[in-house]
Amino acid sequence: MRRLALRMLLRDWRAGELRVLALALVLAVGSVASVAFFGDRVRQALTREAHQVLGADVLMSADHAWAAEFRDEIARRGLAHAESMTFVSMVRAGNEAQLAAVKAVTPGYPLRGKLRIASGLNIPDAETGAIPERGVLWLDERMMAALKVRPGDTVELGSTHFRVGAVLTLEPDRGVSFMNFAPRLMMRLEDLPATGLVQPGSRIGYQLFAAGGREAVQGFEQWAKSRLGRGERIDSLENARPEVRAGLDRAQNFLGLTAMLAVVLSAVAIALGTRRYTERHLDGYAVMRCLGATQSQLFALFAWEFLLLALAASVAGCVLGFLVQALVAWWLAALIPGTLPPPGPMPVLQGAATGLVLLLGFALPPLLQLKDVPALRVIRRDVGPPRQGALAVYIVGLAAVFGLLFWQAGELRLAGYVFGGFAAAFGIFAAIAYGALRLIGRFGRAGNVSWRYGLANLLRRPRANAVQIVAIAVGLTAILILTLIRVDLLDSWRGRLPPDAPDRFLVNIQPEQRQPLDEFLERAGVKRPQTFPMVRARLTAINGKQVSAEDFSEERAKRQIEREFNLTYLSSLPVDNKIAEGAWFGPDDLARGAISVEYWIAERFGIRRGDTLEFVSDGRSFSAPITSVRKLEWDSMRPNFFFITTPSMLEGFPASYVASFHAPAGDALLTSRLSQAFPNLTVIDVSVVLRQLQFVMDQLIGAVQLVFLFALAAGVLVLYAALLATQDERTHEAAVMRALGASRAQILAAQRAEFAVLGAIAGLLGSFGATAIGWTLATRVFQLDFIWNGWIWLAGPALGLACVVLNAWVGARAALSRPPMAALREAQ
Amino acid sequence: MRGEALAVVGASGSGKSTLLGLLAGLDTPSAGAVRLDGADLFGLDEDGRAMLRAKLLGFVFQSFQLLPALNALENVMLPLELKGEAGAADRAAKMLERVGLAERLRHYPKTLSGGEQQRVALARAFVTQPKLLLADEPTGNLDAATGAAVIDLMFELNAQARTTLVLVTHDDAIAGRCGRKIRLVAGRIDGAG
Repeated sequence: MRRLALRMLLRDWRAGELRVLALALVLAVGSVASVAFFGDRVRQALTREAHQVLGADVLMSADHAWAAEFRDEIARRGLAHAESMTFVSMVRAGNEAQLAAVKAVTPGYPLRGKLRIASGLNIPDAETGAIPERGVLWLDERMMAALKVRPGDTVELGSTHFRVGAVLTLEPDRGVSFMNFAPRLMMRLEDLPATGLVQPGSRIGYQLFAAGGREAVQGFEQWAKSRLGRGERIDSLENARPEVRAGLDRAQNFLGLTAMLAVVLSAVAIALGTRRYTERHLDGYAVMRCLGATQSQLFALFAWEFLLLALAASVAGCVLGFLVQALVAWWLAALIPGTLPPPGPMPVLQGAATGLVLLLGFALPPLLQLKDVPALRVIRRDVGPPRQGALAVYIVGLAAVFGLLFWQAGELRLAGYVFGGFAAAFGIFAAIAYGALRLIGRFGRAGNVSWRYGLANLLRRPRANAVQIVAIAVGLTAILILTLIRVDLLDSWRGRLPPDAPDRFLVNIQPEQRQPLDEFLERAGVKRPQTFPMVRARLTAINGKQVSAEDFSEERAKRQIEREFNLTYLSSLPVDNKIAEGAWFGPDDLARGAISVEYWIAERFGIRRGDTLEFVSDGRSFSAPITSVRKLEWDSMRPNFFFITTPSMLEGFPASYVASFHAPAGDALLTSRLSQAFPNLTVIDVSVVLRQLQFVMDQLIGAVQLVFLFALAAGVLVLYAALLATQDERTHEAAVMRALGASRAQILAAQRAEFAVLGAIAGLLGSFGATAIGWTLATRVFQLDFIWNGWIWLAGPALGLACVVLNAWVGARAALSRPPMAALREAQ
Repeated sequence: MRGEALAVVGASGSGKSTLLGLLAGLDTPSAGAVRLDGADLFGLDEDGRAMLRAKLLGFVFQSFQLLPALNALENVMLPLELKGEAGAADRAAKMLERVGLAERLRHYPKTLSGGEQQRVALARAFVTQPKLLLADEPTGNLDAATGAAVIDLMFELNAQARTTLVLVTHDDAIAGRCGRKIRLVAGRIDGAG
């Protein structure tokens, strides 16, 4: 039976019967595999890229020297190793002195990412694989400016003199912690003892870096975790760089959803292709039954044929997927620095399994249904297969799709959302399409013969046409999402970190300094600095009950309750803050006094809307109820506050101000000038961090866009399959009409009328679907602002009309270019 | 009787095709039984009937019913392949040669004329050497001259293979070439001869 199935497969292939289905399968497997291949590789590359912000795969920090066993274990596991010590110290040059954040490193540092240095101020920088020579220091530009030195000059650190070697422009592992805001200095660890700065009791941080193969790294991390002592910790991406992690998560979500979209679209294309195949083989099935084939024989025959087809298509699809991703990776080489790691075997498995599961899921039910085709069909044409509900037939296929989504998403909830979303969309689309056809049937009976005939044709098979409209609408939805909505989503994402995002923070501005500071910034060309008042206060009671560190179990909560919080007062909600619960201050709140709390801090302290908080500041206490809970965007690089009160509550308290602004390009000395003009201000420079973040985000967006292309191809394929689905019938109808004396022009006009209605309905549904899905993705999944796009309501119907008209034109030409007799004979 | 030819004639809707469907076990009767080569057709399940068809029956249809995706040779090979018999290609090619289509082995049905298609169908019916051949208006879709040629060929093959033939037709001239003839009127046998 297998050999006969193989022969049948080859015969069907040669006769062109399988081309649509095979194409659908190959493209489906190809797109899923290339998304998987590429996603897998990009994910690996991105994770590696992200590890640059740690300078290693594992970064361990301690407030004392690390025990030898950790170093030994790193060596034993064959991992690369580097170390650093960090502390704050004064540096002198001539009469100038400056507090510096010193980092003393061993060769090999950083294990991930590269340092960048320049040979002088305002000279382009470049990557370097080295660290400072012995007796040499690298200073950052702020340090250079503060000490008024240039490369070649001598500076004094501790009891030793050093030569200034280069301007340090980028340390990949520079996080956003307080010490990092001091001007920076890098030296060789071997030079440190001679400075005499390391004394018992000195506040020094000890870092251990390790990097290597994934398994070795994970093994080491496991091993080390259980041996951490007091004051020792392992930094992961999650706790070291939450803003990078947020970007990475978002990119992975985009990639995963794109792959899921490809799965759903492929499923639709395969369902359409299988339906066409089985319909065309109904007669053959009946004939073979007459020729004495048993049902089980025929079932096995077709099942084997489909299995072989799925295998062949999967192999072809995987090869295609691999070639495409290799091409893309090659093309992307400039965008993604470093070589992409080779792809793993998982994508092949995923692609092949997708092809197999989809084809069998959608082909088996119609095959099982074929068993019920009466052999009598060979004598009486009117006897067809018993019609079952479409849903019942496709339950296996739908289950297969859900399984694949679950596999792809890796979690039930997201898979459920996507599946439920598509199921709901299909249902709504079908209902609207069917209703619209009915409505047209009732009111759209005017017009000439061709128009009437075209509409009558639509109404003759309202269910089949509704199915076709749904399929086209789904294809259009995908295309619109992947073109218009995608651009909007990515813009919205990019908009979180616009090029003019604030990159300098000024802390400790005194009330009387506000005016002169504003003038200073204006002269320096700074646009729109944002200023917030800041009052330091301790949280003393919740709902009248005194609280202290003992009331909380979480370490961070204990620490925070013992320290002062920075409160601000505002009458309007800051940009980027979203109310998660309750409402922002209304007139009553402003009059009586109210507090708005940040979401995570509320969770940590177990407080909610309606609770009353009491604070103490400057020896005076004040209290007010919580009227709202806010969610913040921690990757927005703006000043964020855990507690915001109404202005009337805090206006009488001593306050300082915090400001943020974007420094004009090319003004390297702005920070130094600011420090000189306002010596009490703390200037925090996050431009390097920001530049890094923007670079990572650009890369992520680039990668996501490319993966989108494959899903787009799947969307186009769905359109093609949907349009092909009724082609046989239309060819036959055109032949009948011509036999009845209709002119070519009349037939074309009738088909145009039919397709115009079909395309317009499908296009509108597509616009609707794309907008709904775009909104859901933006607000529910990615937590981005949704940008309403008016063009989509024009683009959808226009696209719908264009593709069905194109199809009608091509299809009609095929139908009209052959003698009607040929078409009639074939259709018998 | 073996080798005998029976014509079933009658007007449209008189039940000719229904009778044929029942004889082949394609349709199920509301009452009564059909015995084929000693076996009670409707005492068997659907697969049992299919196996009996494979063993005993050949079919020729009014609308030919060739599989469009298979060429002439493959259409004739199909019943042999389904039975898993060896040498299908050789036997099918010989059969097609006997119906005069040796030059047309690789042609697809849509590139063959109606007469040629019906000759492929005849080859397919006889290639398994059935005991009983059921023919449903085999000339219904053909012009008179082509139809006559196909009928000649069918009787010739029938005589050589000593196959029993049940032929449904409304053409009295064709019916006249059969040894026996029954006429159906509104589902009942109105006369036999």
